[in-house]
Amino acid sequence: MRVALFPTCVNDAIHPRTGQAVVALLERLGVEVDFPAAQTCCGQPQYNTGYRRATEPLVHRMADAFAGYDHVVTPSGSCTAMVRDNYPRIGARARAEGRGDGLAKAAESLVPRVLELTEFLVDVLKVTDVGAYYPHRVTYHPSCHGLRMLGLGDRPRRLLEAVEGLELVELPGAEECCGFGGTFAVKNPDVSAAMGADKVSNALSTGAEVLCGADNSCLLHIGGTLRRADAPMRTVHLAEILACTRADPTGADWGAPRARGTA
Amino acid sequence: MSDTYLGMPSFPQAAKASTKDTRLRANLTHATRTIRDKRARAVAELDDWAQLREAGKRIKDQTLRHLDDYLVQLEQQVTAAGGTVHWAADAAEANRIVADLVKATGETEVVKVKSMATQEIELNEALAAEGITAYETDLAELIVQLGDDRPSHILVPAIHRNRGEVRDIFTEKMGEWGRPAPEGLGDSPAELAEAARLHLREKFLRAKVGISGANFMVAETGTLVVVESEGNGRMCLTLPETLISVVGIEKVVPTWRDLEVFLQLLPRSSTAERMNPYTSLWTGTSDGDGPRDFHLVLLDNGRTDTLADEVGRQALRCIRCSACLNVCPVYERAGGHAYGSVYPGPIGAILTPQLRGTASAIDASLPFASTLCGACYEVCPVAIDIPEVLVHLREQVAEQGGPGHRAEHAVVRAGTWLLDHPAALGAVVRLAAKTRKLHPKRLPIAVARAWTDSRDLPRLPQAPFRDWWKKNRP
Repeated sequence: MRVALFPTCVNDAIHPRTGQAVVALLERLGVEVDFPAAQTCCGQPQYNTGYRRATEPLVHRMADAFAGYDHVVTPSGSCTAMVRDNYPRIGARARAEGRGDGLAKAAESLVPRVLELTEFLVDVLKVTDVGAYYPHRVTYHPSCHGLRMLGLGDRPRRLLEAVEGLELVELPGAEECCGFGGTFAVKNPDVSAAMGADKVSNALSTGAEVLCGADNSCLLHIGGTLRRADAPMRTVHLAEILACTRADPTGADWGAPRARGTA
Repeated sequence: MSDTYLGMPSFPQAAKASTKDTRLRANLTHATRTIRDKRARAVAELDDWAQLREAGKRIKDQTLRHLDDYLVQLEQQVTAAGGTVHWAADAAEANRIVADLVKATGETEVVKVKSMATQEIELNEALAAEGITAYETDLAELIVQLGDDRPSHILVPAIHRNRGEVRDIFTEKMGEWGRPAPEGLGDSPAELAEAARLHLREKFLRAKVGISGANFMVAETGTLVVVESEGNGRMCLTLPETLISVVGIEKVVPTWRDLEVFLQLLPRSSTAERMNPYTSLWTGTSDGDGPRDFHLVLLDNGRTDTLADEVGRQALRCIRCSACLNVCPVYERAGGHAYGSVYPGPIGAILTPQLRGTASAIDASLPFASTLCGACYEVCPVAIDIPEVLVHLREQVAEQGGPGHRAEHAVVRAGTWLLDHPAALGAVVRLAAKTRKLHPKRLPIAVARAWTDSRDLPRLPQAPFRDWWKKNRP
C-alpha cells in the first residue's frame, strides 16, 4: 500500500521528528510512504482567525498535491478536522458567492481520503499493536479536534495500551482544552496561559514522565508551559512513541536512509 | 441592547484581571464543575437524548423559517384571549412601552420574574429613570441587584459570589430595599434562603404590577411559559393585577406538542433536573384568576438582522439553558463579566456581536474569545454549532478591519503567498533552522511576547522535515 504523508506545516518546520516517526512507523508496517513536495499548510490558522478567502489557494494546493493517493495520512487531529469539516464549508461558501464549483470540487475530492494517523492505523491497517517498545510512564492528552470533531474515541488509547513497557496513567480533566487554540494563544494570552497552567498541573499530578498527544500544536503550548516551569515532564507526539522499538528505543535510526519499498 | 456595557474593555483586557482573581476563579470552578457533572448524569439517563436534540433543533429552525407567520398567529391568539400585544423594534421602544404601561396603572413599584430579555434592554434602569422601582425576585438576581453588581451567568447570575459574600450583601443592603436581613445572619443556604423569603414575601403581597419574560410562547393558543426552580416567578405571575411580559420574538414555538421536547431539553441542560420544579403557563386573562390585565411586548432588538445571516441565525435557536457556559474553559477562567453583556460565555460570544453589531472594542473581541474546542457545541441541547458561528463572525470582524486587523490581514496575505510557494517556504524554514542558535527564548515584540510571557518558544530543529526527506528518501 502506498500513502501520501501530510506531516503538516508545524511538523515540517518545528517538529520534523514527528514526520520521521510516521515514516519509520508506516514503513515498518509495510506501507510505502510518499511526501509530495508541493504540499504546505492546510490553512487552519488563517481560516480560524477569520481569513477564509486566504485559505482558498491552499485548498486547491492540498487537493492538487495529494491527487492520485487513496490515503493521505497526517499526524494531526486538528489539520484533519480542518480538511474534513471546513474544506466543504469553504467550497460551499465560494459557490454561494457565485465563484463557481472549483473549490467545492477540490474539497470533495480530498475530504474522504485524508485520515488522522490513528484512524489510518486502526481503521485501514486494522492494527492496534504496532510492535512498539517504550518503557516509560505516559499520560495522554486527547486534543479537542481529535476528541470532538473527528471522534477518535479510544483509538489512541488502544494503540498506547498495546505498546510494550508503556505504563499509561489517567490524565485528570483530560477532555478539557489545553488553551492553545491557534491564534487564541496570542490574542487571549492570559486565559490561554491560565488554561495551560491548569493542564500542566493536572498532568504533573499523574507523576508521568511523558505527556503524549496527537497534535504537536497543543504540545507546543503545553511543552512551552512545562519548560518555563522547569517541570520534570516532557511532551512527545504519539507517533514518536509508536515508532520506538526494542531495537531502536530512542528513535536514533529514524533518520537513516532506507531504500524505497523494502520495509 | 443598550449602551451601559459599551465602553467595556475588549475581552482579553477584561479577562486579564479576572484570570488573576483567585476567589472568582475558585467560585466559578467549583460551581461550573458541580453543575457540569450533574448535567452529564441527567442527560445520560435518557436513551433518546440525541433524537430530542435533533427534534429541538428542527422545531426551532422550522419556526425561524416561518417566524413572521407564527408571530402573527401568536398575536391573534393572545388578543383573542384578552391580552394586548405590543411590538418593539429595539430596547428604547420596549422600555418606553413598558414604562408607559406601568405609569398607566399609577404604580411606582413592580416585581420582576428573572428574565434575560428585560436585562438585555436594561429595563430596570429605564424604569428607574421614570421613577419606578423594579424589584428582582429570583434569588440570584436579588443578590446581584442588592450588591449593585452585574449578572455573570445566564442561569445563575450570582455564580461568581460565594455564600460568605452573599451573607455580607444581604446584611448590608437588604434594609435599603425593604425588610432588612435578620440579626446575626449566618451563611448556611437555609438561613440565606429564609432571609430572602422574608424579604421578598413582603414585595409579592404588595405588588400590583408584575414584569416577566418567557421561556416559550405557543403560537396556536397564545400561551406563555415560564420554567423556574424557586416558585418566586409564579408569585409574580399570579398575584399582581397587571402582568407585562417582554419576550424576544425567537421564543415562539408553533404548538403545545413542541413543548414536550423543550421541557425535557431545558431543565436537564440547565439545572440538571429531570423536570424543573415550577412550570407556569398563562393564556391572556381570565376573570377571578390571576392578572386582570396582560400585555405582551414582542422584542426584536437585532433579532431580524441575526435571522438574515445564514450561518449566524442558528444562535436564535438558543433556549438560554447555559450548558455551554458551564463546560467552557474560557468562561471558567475569564468569568462572565469579561464578556461585557448579559449573555456571557460561548453563546454570548456569538449572540451579543450579532444583536449589537461589532463596532465596539468588546463586541469585536468576542468572536475571538474561544479556543474553538467544541465543548459548547457538544452540550448544546439545540445543536448550535457555536464554533462555526464564531469563525464566521471572526471573518466579519477581520473584514471590517478594526484595530489590529489591517496589519494582521497584511501578515496573512504574505503568509498565504509563502504557503502557496513551497520553494520559498522551504527557504524561510531552512533559514530559521540554520539561525536557531541565535533565537532568544523571550521575544520583545507584542505578539511574540504574548506567547513568551508564560511559555518558552520551541527549539527549532536542525533542518525541516522536507530537507530530511530529500536527503533520506531520494
